[in-house]
Amino acid sequence: MSTIVKSSIDIVSAPQGIEGPGFFATRIDKVVGMARANSLWPLPFATSCCGIEFMATMASTYDLGRFGAERLSFSPRQADLLMVMGTIAKKMGPVLRQVYEQMAEPKWVLSMGACASSGGIFDTYSVLQGIDRIIPVDVYVPGCPPRPEQVLDGILQIQKLVENESIRRRDTPEYKQMLAKYGME
Amino acid sequence: MEKEILLTTVQDKLKAQFGEVLISSELLYDYPVFTIKSDSICDVVRFLYNDEELAFQYLTTLAGLHYPNNRGHELGVMYQLHNLPKNLRIRIKIFFSINHPVVPTITPVFSAANWMERQEFDFFGIIFSGHPNLKRILNMEDMTYHPMRKEYPLEDGTREDKDDKMFGR
Repeated sequence: MSTIVKSSIDIVSAPQGIEGPGFFATRIDKVVGMARANSLWPLPFATSCCGIEFMATMASTYDLGRFGAERLSFSPRQADLLMVMGTIAKKMGPVLRQVYEQMAEPKWVLSMGACASSGGIFDTYSVLQGIDRIIPVDVYVPGCPPRPEQVLDGILQIQKLVENESIRRRDTPEYKQMLAKYGME
Repeated sequence: MEKEILLTTVQDKLKAQFGEVLISSELLYDYPVFTIKSDSICDVVRFLYNDEELAFQYLTTLAGLHYPNNRGHELGVMYQLHNLPKNLRIRIKIFFSINHPVVPTITPVFSAANWMERQEFDFFGIIFSGHPNLKRILNMEDMTYHPMRKEYPLEDGTREDKDDKMFGR
């Protein structure tokens, strides 16, 4: 009979709690945070070369699926994480804003690459100088384009945020104030 | 047809049909270029389209021009016409004042000019009279200027993080 080898793959460990025979007690926000962080549905908003790098991030070598984010959502209504990858022209701005507004709470935004974060090399009248001028951004990933490892690191940063935020972040006055700054509610 | 023969053929035909419409014509880098009076561009293009020998029935491209030092004729439009069966190409240019940038549209002859003329309106503010739908096509509709005119800077004016010391300007 062959022996069963214990898998060397790390899975997410249980949150802190009280464990006894037949029960496990912990805080609900810890469980919800863990579940949310490890099952993010990203919406790829890819407009240029960073989108190509994102494809490599999704493919087998780097495999975003290892972090529970392999299920891309091409509808904003089911997405948790908006990943903006590439140059956003000013004419694309209202489209991006509408996509963000269509997403249901809780939602996070990752800005990938120099163009999405600051306009990058396109310091010109037709390009939006950073998407944070029209929508709030949680994590910026620098690079032109960033390597897949950097994108994975950005996703891990997002996961940290998701784990540690209050489960009803949208009710906090800071969050409402932040949205009001962008003219949203 | 040799380029020189094409040049003189078009010259002669335009002279016979329109008289003094031609301002200048030359062979520029192997390409026959004709500068004509801006009011008659649509008539000239239609004549070249219908002429049986020349039959320039394909509009390759159309582009706006801005030469700020060319006083009185700052703005221009360049048209490239193509005769597909004989593989003949010519270029036509018109120039006019920036204070009154109104020229006739060529959309009655070439429907393809519709979006191209909208683009030149968008970037240079050239008004093509008679165009069916002359509004901005590429830039934001609330844009208040025509960005390809030389007096406007390329850069986005709203950035605050660019220090001239760091960028060597």
